[in-house]
Amino acid sequence: MKAIKSIITNKYFLGLVLILLICLVPVFITSKYLMHIFILMLIWSIAALALNLIMGYTGQANLAHGGFFGIGAYATALLMLKLGFGFWPALIIAAIITSIIGFLIGLPTLRTKGSYFAIGTLCFNVIVFIAAERWESLTGGARGVIGIPQPAPISFLGVTFTFSSLAGMFYLCFFLFLITLIIKYRIVHSLVGRSLIAVRENEDLTSSIGLDTMRTKIISFVTSVFLASLAGSLYAVYIGFLDPEIASHHVTFEVLLFVVLGGIGTISGPIVGTIIVTLLGEILHFLDAYRLVAYGLVLVLVIIFMPQGIVGGIRALRQRMGERNS
Amino acid sequence: MLEVRNLSKFFGGLRAVNDLSFRIEKGEILSIIGPNGSGKSTVFNLITGFYEPTYGQVLYTGEDITGLKPHVIARKGIARTFQHTTIYLQNTVQGNLVIAHRLRTKSGIFGAILRTARSRRDEKICLEKADEVAELIGLYGKRFLPASVLSQEEQKRLAIGIAMATDPQLLLLDEPMGGVTDREMGPLVKLIQKINEQGVTIGLIEHKMGVVMSISNRVVVLNYGQKIAEGIPAEVSKSKEVIEAYLGEDYHA
Repeated sequence: MKAIKSIITNKYFLGLVLILLICLVPVFITSKYLMHIFILMLIWSIAALALNLIMGYTGQANLAHGGFFGIGAYATALLMLKLGFGFWPALIIAAIITSIIGFLIGLPTLRTKGSYFAIGTLCFNVIVFIAAERWESLTGGARGVIGIPQPAPISFLGVTFTFSSLAGMFYLCFFLFLITLIIKYRIVHSLVGRSLIAVRENEDLTSSIGLDTMRTKIISFVTSVFLASLAGSLYAVYIGFLDPEIASHHVTFEVLLFVVLGGIGTISGPIVGTIIVTLLGEILHFLDAYRLVAYGLVLVLVIIFMPQGIVGGIRALRQRMGERNS
Repeated sequence: MLEVRNLSKFFGGLRAVNDLSFRIEKGEILSIIGPNGSGKSTVFNLITGFYEPTYGQVLYTGEDITGLKPHVIARKGIARTFQHTTIYLQNTVQGNLVIAHRLRTKSGIFGAILRTARSRRDEKICLEKADEVAELIGLYGKRFLPASVLSQEEQKRLAIGIAMATDPQLLLLDEPMGGVTDREMGPLVKLIQKINEQGVTIGLIEHKMGVVMSISNRVVVLNYGQKIAEGIPAEVSKSKEVIEAYLGEDYHA
């Protein structure tokens, strides 16, 4: 009992230390370039965590994730620019809009299984991209949306937080990243999370024990696109500019790479994957478009040799070592 | 408790189940036997909503449940196992049983995110149920092991345990002894009897005749999707039609 307690307190302690260390990043890192990379890592981590919920835990290969990220980004930008909303209400309303669209798309597509679901959602992603490109009166077409304002400063307990600096933006993204992580962690470690995994493992058995598999999948899907929309909102206000490419299936496959490389169906996998691929992308910048070839190669190698990704691979390795020791 | 009326299921031209009527009385063990392909599993799939009948009705405690979804039927108190042992192999024994009691809890995703008192209570209820059922199926000592490392016979018991964790009134077992050696059958038979003694009505599909004859109150015999005999085990085993169905027409005792 004592041992269990000390591990738990340790875990929380470690987490707290890690959070504090990350909070100190903007204090010690003065390089604008590095801060930019860190902010992008946080935003894409949120998107990857979101995708992992429907894909890793519920077993439904959603290939419209980029589309939902884009819808969240565009909705936020347009709410702020055209209707004069502040960032926070825009963030929430955009997420609700994205969730409603996700629900409507999920209803027909989640009835299909396996590759049919993947194809159905991919088609939707292409539709979103075309809409972003052609619906000029709303989205600005191929020129995109320019001049998205930064979030206005907020006062909390007498302290004013501003988001005009890179540090402010970093804290904003880190805050939403933590919220996403907590939501994801709590879902996975609850009866709801167990239902998601049950659907992934065996749909027939799951419906035979009285769980509505369709409802379970819809809940997972809508939660996933809700979180994807948060990431999209952050992207919109951070970059300040959107073009249709941000809602395209290329975004889907990039986030997919983060999840698969890091470890599908694990909590930390998508974060690890995002960090590694983002760094890899920066290092391989000189390769330009050939980077995509490298990505493809990495993806194939991971799927063949480490189907559970880096985190899953390390876990399996540790398990094997443990067995050998005992 | 359960009544099947003129139940039929046609797959194209194949009449898998044809105009079948029978009842399962409260508290009994009713076995459904018949040669391979006689439609036994199809009957279970029709009762539990996995197939929709071509025509006919399924009545459960007087209520028409024909064509309802599997999860709705499970919530009404009918649990089933599958012919091929079906469990969550990746999960632990306890995990398998915890999720099987989820249908009796109500807390949803917001409860999970906010970790409300109700969601924590629901988790506790499911864990307690899991331990209780683990005890029942004799896997309490192995409840933290992954289901994949269990023996075939233990997996069979776990499959029954998953069904039992849903708190059923009627339990439909599809070949619980399939692929199990004669020596290992003892614990399974005892388990089924123990469950029955707890007041759970049991419908059983089984090929092992010794088991069927010893534990069933009544037996229904199917051949080519039709009922060819029904009655207490001693009568059925002497029936001419049954002997012919199993051994061919040339056989005369």
